[in-house]
Amino acid sequence: MTPTLQIFLIISAALFSIGLLAALSRRHAIFILIGIEMMLAAANLNFIAFWRFNPGSLQTTGVMVAIFSIAIAAAEAAVGLALVIAVYRHYRTTNVDQLDQLKG
Amino acid sequence: MSSTAFIVIAILTLAAALAAATLQKLMHAALSFAVALVGVAAFFFSLGAEFVGLVLVFVYIGAVAVLIVFTILLTRRDVGKDRGTNWSGVIVAVAVFGGLIWTILETPSLSAAAPQIPALTVRRIGEALMTNYVWPLQCIGVLLTAALIGALILVMEERR
Repeated sequence: MTPTLQIFLIISAALFSIGLLAALSRRHAIFILIGIEMMLAAANLNFIAFWRFNPGSLQTTGVMVAIFSIAIAAAEAAVGLALVIAVYRHYRTTNVDQLDQLKG
Repeated sequence: MSSTAFIVIAILTLAAALAAATLQKLMHAALSFAVALVGVAAFFFSLGAEFVGLVLVFVYIGAVAVLIVFTILLTRRDVGKDRGTNWSGVIVAVAVFGGLIWTILETPSLSAAAPQIPALTVRRIGEALMTNYVWPLQCIGVLLTAALIGALILVMEERR
């Protein structure tokens, strides 16, 4: 048995759901960032799998989108972690439940 | 790729991802996250996109995971207060997973075998980057510069 596209999509869906779980259920800002990065990695896996199973294509579109998406994810992680450090300096916490200054 | 290796990689990736999402200690979660990304890179290798797999290892494990570890060290005093799970988040994640799996299993055209395609050499990627994708490439360069300058300004000490 060789892996089919379906199995890659199922693994990618599982990875995405685990990332969503980390982003939604944890209260620590760094956990939320880890979850977002995991969802982006799952999306990249989908791009690569669809590129590989596309019949008769000489295009490299899926690979290019994955490379650009990795670059954007790196920029996002840098800014996100800088924001976590800046918030920690002001409030001495990274628990997102306690950052409710703007609550009406 | 043999199915045994595939199953081993799949179990390793998903177990590490689940550990990253559920472990209480932040540092353990960050290291499990790195292991999960190694698994994703192994999938990229098995799909014939070796260059993207290497880029993933370099960028995510070499840069993002190290950045996360340093952020955990810099916000150390707050570690260990992450108690209590938000159960509505768990319900939403399970519902999304169920919906995705249902859609994938209901689509009949997804079980075709992989076609033969020419090997993806770095030469082909470089040619594509310098011809069709040169405009996105420049935009990514500007975006990365702006993001890194912004990150530096955010963490710079305020002087009064």
